Amino acid sequence: MTAVEETTSLSGNLSKTPRASWILPALAYMSRTCLIEKEVEFKIIPIDILEGEQKSPEFLKLQPFGVAPVMQDGDYSLYESRAIMRYYSEKYKSQGTDLLGKTLEENGLAEQWLETEGQNYHPPIYNLILHLLFHPKLGLPVDDKIVKESEEKLEKVLDIYEERLSKSKYLAGEFFSLADLSHLPFTHYLVNDIGRAYLIRNRKHVSAWWDDITSRESWKKVLQL
Amino acid sequence: MALKLYGIPMSTCTARVLACIYEKNIQFQLVPFNLAVGEHKQPSFVAKNPFGVIPVLEDEDLTLFESRAITAYLLKKYKEQGEDLLRLKEGNLKEEAMVGLWTEVESQQYSPATTPILYEYFFAPRRGKIPDQKVIEDGIVKFQKVLDVYESRLSQSKYLAGDFYSLADLHHLSFTLYLMRSPWVSLISSRPHVKAWWECISSRPASLKVVQAMTPAEK
Repeated sequence: MTAVEETTSLSGNLSKTPRASWILPALAYMSRTCLIEKEVEFKIIPIDILEGEQKSPEFLKLQPFGVAPVMQDGDYSLYESRAIMRYYSEKYKSQGTDLLGKTLEENGLAEQWLETEGQNYHPPIYNLILHLLFHPKLGLPVDDKIVKESEEKLEKVLDIYEERLSKSKYLAGEFFSLADLSHLPFTHYLVNDIGRAYLIRNRKHVSAWWDDITSRESWKKVLQL
Repeated sequence: MALKLYGIPMSTCTARVLACIYEKNIQFQLVPFNLAVGEHKQPSFVAKNPFGVIPVLEDEDLTLFESRAITAYLLKKYKEQGEDLLRLKEGNLKEEAMVGLWTEVESQQYSPATTPILYEYFFAPRRGKIPDQKVIEDGIVKFQKVLDVYESRLSQSKYLAGDFYSLADLHHLSFTLYLMRSPWVSLISSRPHVKAWWECISSRPASLKVVQAMTPAEK
């Protein structure tokens, strides 16, 4: 197994400090869950978001947008969580869970729903987490208009998911894929930290899907890291 | 049976798929689509794409939506013809990952930064709205920061993923074409490496076909 280093905003140590305990490692959770599914060992290197370490010249060389996470694999580095996941899923195709689908068609559907997450699900859920979890802790105002609009948008997407998941066990079909995995981190915050569990629980098939994907060993391990 | 593409060439997301089709010289049928009569909200279309937006690709039993998933599928299916825009040939996994990285950057940074500007300038007036100058101004500030990263990147390599044209560059075509038809051309032309990159990728034969497809019939 190859050792991969992940530079991210959370480590086991940092999470115990009061200031850093609420730092959102959501995007790092995505790539970590993927690595565990693929049975790839990795080491987490914490950076202090509050100290602005992600804007240091050394970090910006790795990630010019100044955003965690970044993966380093020997002398090769990669950023953007979904790109990291796609790379490791492809590199370690023959080990662990097949997250990309077995045929060209299955892969097409996995990509379709992963893009759906990135384009349709992520923007409104990110706004909800930002305003309802982050802003209060940072002393920033909560924009009720954005919260209302984001929740409405997310509800429309979830209605589509409900319809889809009434026909197949997972988003891309009868197989767990990157498309399902990419929903784990932010939905975890939605359900557990901002009192919006009803958005998931009010939808029978979405709720069953959520229980299924959160019961995976990889996700349970990531939450303990 | 030829591929069927439901969409409108003037739409940035349809044009993204067209660019890929032209690069690979794929036989396809463009199915005429009428947004004005709400064709995208009809049950028969929503059955193909529950989000009710174009483009949609039909390839025999497979129906796909999301333009970036469609382009990835087409490049994998037709990897033996035309240029290797995903670096799928054996041993090029790291190059493939760099293509993946810069397609994500386009998806998560570049297009979200350009969308509000282009929407307010091109599309709001068509809906009887006055362009929101604050949205445009805020959008330009954000977009400039993204372009600064691109300028730095393109000073190190000819194209985004490396010294080869790839899907990552192609995905930028349609939004940037609109930008070059807006008052904010200087955002591109004032950055020498971004400018050179744009001139290079937009002058490819397939890209010129996209320009033509995205040119309205009447002025």
